[in-house]
Amino acid sequence: MTAIQWLDDRLGLRALRELVSHKTVPMHRYSVFYYLGGMTLFFFLVQVCTGVLLMLYYRPSAEEAFESIEFLVTTVPFGWLVRSIHAWSANLMVFFAILHLVSVYFLKSYRAPRELTWVSGVLLLFLILAFGFSGYLLPWNQLSFFATKVGTDIAGVVPVAGEWMLRFLRGGDRVTSATLSRFYGWHVAILPAITTVLLFVHLLLVQTKGMSVPETVEDEARRRPPMKFFPHFALRDLSGWIFALGVLAALAAMLPWELGEKADPFAPAYANIRPEWYYVFMFQTLKLVPGGEVLGVEYEAIPILLFSLGGGLLMLVPFLDRKRSRGWGIAGVAGLAFVVAMTCWGYASLVPLYIVFLTALLLAVFAWITK
Amino acid sequence: MEASPVPERRRFINWFLGTSLGALVMSVLYPIARYVSPPHIPEAGTAQVDAGATDDADFREKGFKIVRFGADPVIVVRAAENDYRAFSATCTHLDCIVGYQKERNRLWCNCHGGAYDLTGRNIAGPPPRPLAVLKVNLVPKSEGTSTIVVSKA
Repeated sequence: MTAIQWLDDRLGLRALRELVSHKTVPMHRYSVFYYLGGMTLFFFLVQVCTGVLLMLYYRPSAEEAFESIEFLVTTVPFGWLVRSIHAWSANLMVFFAILHLVSVYFLKSYRAPRELTWVSGVLLLFLILAFGFSGYLLPWNQLSFFATKVGTDIAGVVPVAGEWMLRFLRGGDRVTSATLSRFYGWHVAILPAITTVLLFVHLLLVQTKGMSVPETVEDEARRRPPMKFFPHFALRDLSGWIFALGVLAALAAMLPWELGEKADPFAPAYANIRPEWYYVFMFQTLKLVPGGEVLGVEYEAIPILLFSLGGGLLMLVPFLDRKRSRGWGIAGVAGLAFVVAMTCWGYASLVPLYIVFLTALLLAVFAWITK
Repeated sequence: MEASPVPERRRFINWFLGTSLGALVMSVLYPIARYVSPPHIPEAGTAQVDAGATDDADFREKGFKIVRFGADPVIVVRAAENDYRAFSATCTHLDCIVGYQKERNRLWCNCHGGAYDLTGRNIAGPPPRPLAVLKVNLVPKSEGTSTIVVSKA
């Protein structure tokens, strides 16, 4: 008891406890969406822990990267598990970040005074995608090599600044060991540093502004008593996290992430090569654009510029959606339909669509459980 | 006073949750503990190595030469004409690599000032044990020169 008292006097834990005890979460039929950000955070924490562990054995050079991972997954005890969890958790983090964004978008939780929460969140999503892109090269296998060649070449297509960007990203004219060093630096130092700061801002804004209640359920939220964050909401969060950890372990054990073959800059790309699922809609769009140029701008630069513009617009939604018109909802549905349809086309399969339905079903089940 | 059934059940549930949580923590910590311990990689055993010729410039200039004995360094010292000696070059104090001081006729470790005589015995400074001695054979090569062959004693 005295030990706790001693710590309390020095750390001011009482103030923190006081703050937490007043925090509540509004209850209404969309409350389940409040868990998505926390879930994304969980996967991010898993990424930090497994990433640090991977750094113990990984060697960032074209000569040794692939071999060091081969050693990791075949010889190091539980190396395969750590690597597979890192890969699966990365994908689930992207998935939940997108889900979080989609729910916030359609519930219009970005309304004043939460514009900056939205902007920081969109930036965090872009950072997560950058993590995915830079981490992809690190195993130095065939897939990662071509993904990086194509991805950095896309940057090179952009008019005016393209060539500089391409050389900046690659650390030279070609994808070589220099690119690997660069991507490694981004992946384990620069991006984590920026993400940590931005994540702190994002979470702080969520705390100071509280949870947004969608306009359509304001009556319901007034009628129903809010849930205390601690312990009720936090325990539900924790249950979800434990469940997610179980899913991760199961995925890693039953579907271990493949290592593939070592990159060979003098071998043709293999059949059906495609990027990670979250880039497939852009990949498919680019496949449809024929060669040619107009006014000195190559055709393929047009969709790339449009996607960049789309990203910029997404970030500015809270400032553009002033009158809370239905138009933004419709545009959102159209955008989402485009992404899902292009992804299905890219895979020549309806599985992406099924995953969307399955996710909706899972959310409904979790909403019912946590009611 | 009669114990009510509710605390009984609460105690059971607490015990149940507590042990489950403990098991969960253990199942996370165990793989991590195993993972951070680097696996043992078997090395090919080395019985003897060719340490070069007796007329090597190193012996003339510095009086010693360090050669690879498997993955470990071995120091070969020219004590006198046709008297070559070999020792493990790893200082028994804290793992530095020793050298040979020709003018003082001793093996010397720069890290913490450990000294050994030319039988490998620790004679000054912090080293706790003598250097391991290896066997040297001189195999005649041509007029006046031999090949130094170092092998495990």
